[in-house]
Amino acid sequence: MEVSQANQISPKDFKSDQEVRWCPGCGDHAVLNSVQKALSELGIPREKFAFISGIGCSSRFPYYMNTYGFHGIHGRASAIASGVKIANPELSVWQITGDGDALAIGGNHFIHVVRRNIDINIILFNNEIYGLTKGQYSPTSERGLVTKTSPFGTIEEPFSVGELVIGAKGRFFARTLDSNVSLSTQIYIEAAKHKGTSVVEVLQNCVIFNDGIHETVTGKEVRDDRTLILKQGERMTFGKGNDKGLILEGLKLKVVKIGENGINEKDILIHDATEPNPGIQYMLANMRYPEYPVALGVIRSVPGPTYEKDIENQIAEIRKTSKIKNMDDLLKSGSAWKVD
Amino acid sequence: MAKNSKIIEREEVVIRFSGDSGDGMQLSGTLFSDTAALYGNDISTFPDYPAEIRAPQGTVGGVSGFQVHLGHSEVNTPGDFADVLVAMNPAAIKANAKWIKPGGTIIYDKDNFTEKNIEKAGYVKDPVIEENLDSYSIIATPISSLVKEALKDFGLDPKTVLRTKNMFALGMVYWLFDRKLKYTEQFFEKKFAKKPEIAEANKVVLRAGYYYAETIEALTPVIKISPAPIAKGTYRNICGNAATAWGLLAAAEKAHLKLFIGSYPITPATGILEELAARKDLGVKSFQAEDEIAGICTALGASFAGCLAVTSTSGPGLALKSEAIGLAVMTELPIVIIDVQRGGPSTGLPTKTEQADLMQALYGRNGESPAVVIAASTPSDCFDFAFKAAQIAIEHMTPVLLMTDSYLANGSEPWKIPAMSELPEIVPPFADRNELPFLPYKRDKEKLSRKWAIPGTQGLEHRIGGLEKTVKGTVSYTADNHELMVKLRAEKIERVADTIPDLTVYGPESNDLLVVGWGGSYGYLITAVRELHSEGYNVSLVNFNYINPLPKNTSETFSSFKKIVVCELNSGQFANYLRMKHQGFKYEQINKIQGLPFTVKEIKEQCIKILEDK
Repeated sequence: MEVSQANQISPKDFKSDQEVRWCPGCGDHAVLNSVQKALSELGIPREKFAFISGIGCSSRFPYYMNTYGFHGIHGRASAIASGVKIANPELSVWQITGDGDALAIGGNHFIHVVRRNIDINIILFNNEIYGLTKGQYSPTSERGLVTKTSPFGTIEEPFSVGELVIGAKGRFFARTLDSNVSLSTQIYIEAAKHKGTSVVEVLQNCVIFNDGIHETVTGKEVRDDRTLILKQGERMTFGKGNDKGLILEGLKLKVVKIGENGINEKDILIHDATEPNPGIQYMLANMRYPEYPVALGVIRSVPGPTYEKDIENQIAEIRKTSKIKNMDDLLKSGSAWKVD
Repeated sequence: MAKNSKIIEREEVVIRFSGDSGDGMQLSGTLFSDTAALYGNDISTFPDYPAEIRAPQGTVGGVSGFQVHLGHSEVNTPGDFADVLVAMNPAAIKANAKWIKPGGTIIYDKDNFTEKNIEKAGYVKDPVIEENLDSYSIIATPISSLVKEALKDFGLDPKTVLRTKNMFALGMVYWLFDRKLKYTEQFFEKKFAKKPEIAEANKVVLRAGYYYAETIEALTPVIKISPAPIAKGTYRNICGNAATAWGLLAAAEKAHLKLFIGSYPITPATGILEELAARKDLGVKSFQAEDEIAGICTALGASFAGCLAVTSTSGPGLALKSEAIGLAVMTELPIVIIDVQRGGPSTGLPTKTEQADLMQALYGRNGESPAVVIAASTPSDCFDFAFKAAQIAIEHMTPVLLMTDSYLANGSEPWKIPAMSELPEIVPPFADRNELPFLPYKRDKEKLSRKWAIPGTQGLEHRIGGLEKTVKGTVSYTADNHELMVKLRAEKIERVADTIPDLTVYGPESNDLLVVGWGGSYGYLITAVRELHSEGYNVSLVNFNYINPLPKNTSETFSSFKKIVVCELNSGQFANYLRMKHQGFKYEQINKIQGLPFTVKEIKEQCIKILEDK
């Protein structure tokens, strides 16, 4: 897929004629805006986009996009999107999914699309709850969460999305916050440009069934101290006065204050999302408050061969040498005999 | 090679190669079949093997068989009973004793008839005596020791040496039926091109078997089956799975579409995926999915993106694909779903044949979910029906289920190769860029099919999905709209009947008894009906390939017969379907649920009984 600057499209051009039906105050509205903004900056013609989804609140997303769209069945968006991209690598394929759709019912397809590195941009809305079925716990709900199906608290360990992606041999993982439109837009652009499966976890707020679940970390008052916005090639500093940072102590990351205990800025780690060894990125993806700030931004972005290109290369390669150029050739190949 | 002077001509013969699943019986059978076909005989084959790759050695459960029926005239089945049985061990006798014709020939490896193996097979002393086979022509041959002797100067390890004993047996059979070794020798040269010593060893053993049979005059006289008088043309041997794959390739070429297959390996359907995975030279995009659901969902994605999309599976996999077939029904995207039926329910009998997925194919989905269902009836016509399945899917914008079965998939027969120019063009109903706005569910007046708008096309951006929609593609839960759309989707499938051929009656179009079959039982039914007819019974046959919708002349055809009997390898699924679709007829049934095809004998016996019942 060629990215050109020729097309001048505005975010509005991506709005479909459908009325947006998410709950007022739902984080999805902001995600939709960020995506439309990002798309308008990619310079790709509108007809080249395909939005594929499964089932869940977020999966209604394709209806609101004036592009090609396919609202699939529960959990299968990764598979449908894989088919679309392999069939036509020229398309910019986006998968819209949630923590239930991608990690519970669609867990198998999710890890395999990541492993195959098919060039699909996956936006995973993580609100740690089932919204469309009205409030049951999800595979990312914190242990102990009380919901309609866990009235005494869950007794399950949650998935960490980034950990799963890296474990599945993922090459691109980023995290953003639904309400942070400028960071999100930038991340979606990065995801689109990355050749291979890009997974963007959006910390998304379900205003009805899990309101404020990310608030401890992302609340206006606290977010500077409790999140770390990663920038490629820059030191991993954070905090209101940008005076905190991460260092490596032994085999673990540690939060330090610049200027204390002999720590100066040069001691702070520099972020490199392009490092193939996922060690540090893995630790960054798994940082949890209160021990650590939660990492936002592009955590891992490592180029690698993509499935849809490899299959086309293989076809081109075999075609060069094979004697079979069409069906008539195949029909007559091998041990055929003539009866006169 | 010296020709035996004592030769008699026969119309047909059935040979069964049988041994442990590691004995190479499938290869012996295949090589013999190919040789016979090249010679010009009509043939039909049936491999019968255990589900385990290597079941316990020497046990009846581990017996692998390959039956080939060759004839001077038309051959439609692999034959009920074998004239010649090759038995590599006692268990092979145990598994096949009742399938040998009285007075038939049994060649067995005497070296393998040890006390231990005899006991393993469930015999006490001598299988020949215990099975009352002494009136048979028994050729007890020390195959293992003769093979060792023949290869003693090759310096091969004992395991490799013994692995060639299937070729000794094959050599003997070639002599019995006056066949040439050339094709088989060429096969070795090609297969073992990088290991010439192995190729040579196999050749030596093959010849050793041939000359041994000649020396002992294993069977006098030698049996000759002259070539069948078949139509001029180019032929090849083909099995059902390969024919299915090739039919799809042909359809893609005729529709000028890329072929995409998303599948998960499952017995006995895997051959289709393997065959297409090898066809990168024809541009096939094959995708081995993580599971059955991903198989069909990737295919559906590819269909949305404009490919001829296919998924292949067997019964348990079809169950997993149900929800996605419903999505294909709802989104009205073309897709071919191939079900190579095997014995069920659940895992059932993975390597055995059955026709028991019919109801699943027709109705195994939630909601009102009509799809086209068609069935192939011989290994080679899998090509025609795979082509037809793709054609209907594309031209009518619908999922099509193509039913084959384990017997068709693995069985093979000579096939007159068509020229691509003989096949019809397939015309995808692409949406017109000049007819804007594009309405996803606007329908063709005749077919009621919608248009196909391919992502990447400017101006045709649209959204589809599993939710009920209006003609514009807007999600709608309105009562009237839902009922309208349900009826339109059903009517669209009904109208496929306008484009399918009428039923063909084999035999008189009005008669005492109409034998009704569907799909893969055709070969046995036509053979039985022909034999009954020549014996003076008033019997005709129709074999259905189009199941949903049924051919338009179904009722009319049925009404010309005094009795109707529906024969199928299940408990009566098609009979019940006909009772629902074409009431007013009395349908008798012949059913078999043994994981095996019918035999001609049992069909004939039961038909005679029905004819004689007042």
